[in-house]
Amino acid sequence: MIQALAFYLFAIVVIGSGAMTISSRNPVHSVMWLILAFFNAAGLMVLVGAEFIAMLLVIVYVGAVAVLFLFVVMMLDIEVAQMRAGFARYLPLGLALAVGLAAEIIIAVGAWSAGGVKLSQRIAPIEGNVPNIQAIGNLLYTRYLFVFEGAGFVLLVAMIGAIVLTHRQRGGVRGQNISRQNARRPQDATRNVQPPVGEGVQL
Amino acid sequence: MTNFFNTTVGMSYGWAWFVATIVGILVIALPLMLAVAMIIYADRKIWAAMALRRGPNVVGPLGLLQSFADGLKVFLQETIVPAAANRVLFLLAPIITFTVALIVWAVIPFQTGVVVADINVGLLYVLAASSLGVYGIILSGWASNSKYPFYSALRAAAQMVSYEVAIGFVLISVVLWSGTFNLSGIVMAQQGHGLGWINGFWINPLLFPMAVVFFISALAETQRAPFDLTEAESELVAGYQTEYSSMSFALFWLGEYANVILMCALNATLFWGGWLPPLNVGWMYAVPGIIWLLAKMLFFFFVFSWVKATVPRYRYDQLMRLGWKVFLPLSLFWVFLVSGVLMWMRVPV
Repeated sequence: MIQALAFYLFAIVVIGSGAMTISSRNPVHSVMWLILAFFNAAGLMVLVGAEFIAMLLVIVYVGAVAVLFLFVVMMLDIEVAQMRAGFARYLPLGLALAVGLAAEIIIAVGAWSAGGVKLSQRIAPIEGNVPNIQAIGNLLYTRYLFVFEGAGFVLLVAMIGAIVLTHRQRGGVRGQNISRQNARRPQDATRNVQPPVGEGVQL
Repeated sequence: MTNFFNTTVGMSYGWAWFVATIVGILVIALPLMLAVAMIIYADRKIWAAMALRRGPNVVGPLGLLQSFADGLKVFLQETIVPAAANRVLFLLAPIITFTVALIVWAVIPFQTGVVVADINVGLLYVLAASSLGVYGIILSGWASNSKYPFYSALRAAAQMVSYEVAIGFVLISVVLWSGTFNLSGIVMAQQGHGLGWINGFWINPLLFPMAVVFFISALAETQRAPFDLTEAESELVAGYQTEYSSMSFALFWLGEYANVILMCALNATLFWGGWLPPLNVGWMYAVPGIIWLLAKMLFFFFVFSWVKATVPRYRYDQLMRLGWKVFLPLSLFWVFLVSGVLMWMRVPV
């Protein structure tokens, strides 16, 4: 009972906040709705017993990606009306995407209801009562080790690429020398003078 | 507790679990609010003592009721929402801060089995919830529609995201050593860690530097001095709280201190043995575990106040340098070091 209640609660909120993400007028509100959708999707993950994925969803998407979205969107001065102007132009593309996704869902559900893949025939059979993290770790670091390392390597290359693309040498920038800043002592920078009354200090 | 409601009261298992969880939440949240009130008082007293002042000493004996008087005053004030503010988000922001500060307590173990949610991914839950904390601050800054809160929100966002990276790697080295993400499991892994005598990872020469990094990152994560650039009063009035008044202001205040206590609890749990006594000897276990945990938390809170009273504020570029150029490489290297040593020792996990 409580599972069904929780499932429908999360599912309705995910769909509702997803709809609000694309329909709300204020872009910051859109990001907030998106965060709510991520959050409830994480709730759905917990319900199916994938607590590790759920936590990763929150940490990566809510904690990092959405913060960046919010950061960018807050700084922009977006004209909502201007964005609405392209609605008719992009409608066919959007509809095509929606139809494609719906077809995929129907095919997937159809295949699933025709009988699930037998546990022993799965590519990576899930062992019985192993915690989620341990099961994923066992697979990632044994069977899929090279694929995993390859994925890490691709990400590293992407990161270096991003740095190379954005990093440029600018002339006339005075950088800081932190060790010199730290090495500076009060006696290097100040001087204690006791001038006689009525006379100024030689600067 | 579920068992109690299930067998003694005679509820069905589902309802018993439900009631037990609600009771557990109340048992943690209500004393926590009281603790926050007292810890604000303690903070002010410690701070005053270090500045050779008296601190709050008028309301009640020794000024003990000062926080409650402040709470009552704030409660009776008018809630002002600036005309240019985004009303919904403006009021939502302090609620988010406050709620997020409370939900993490669900996974903090107070004693063997005394924890609201004993989940396998406890530490990830802590990370997830603490990454939510930044939203309260960003939103309050943006929704206020005012310059200084907005600057403060940007600073806070960058600062919290930066130090979360270092915290993540520190936590990974702890997890590698204890072999579990479950906080109770991490505490139990520390039993007799130092030659069978001392409880706690801090005695481990490989993990002690990480304990220090975690402590400093915790200061930055909770925006305490010397990293309180988000509310640097000489530059930003009061930072993201500038436009807030009344209860919405109080919620920020409560959330901030609840976060500080939480960071103290995490420090105690991850590196200093949690509810275990400091030494692994029989008679020390006679003292209930929650007392040890509280003692450790109070000690760390004292250190937090001490730092706040004595260390001058960082410059923002120094703050970023510490996070990205010192802590990140150090903790990343340390993850390799710890996992290498563990592989070499072949500690059975």
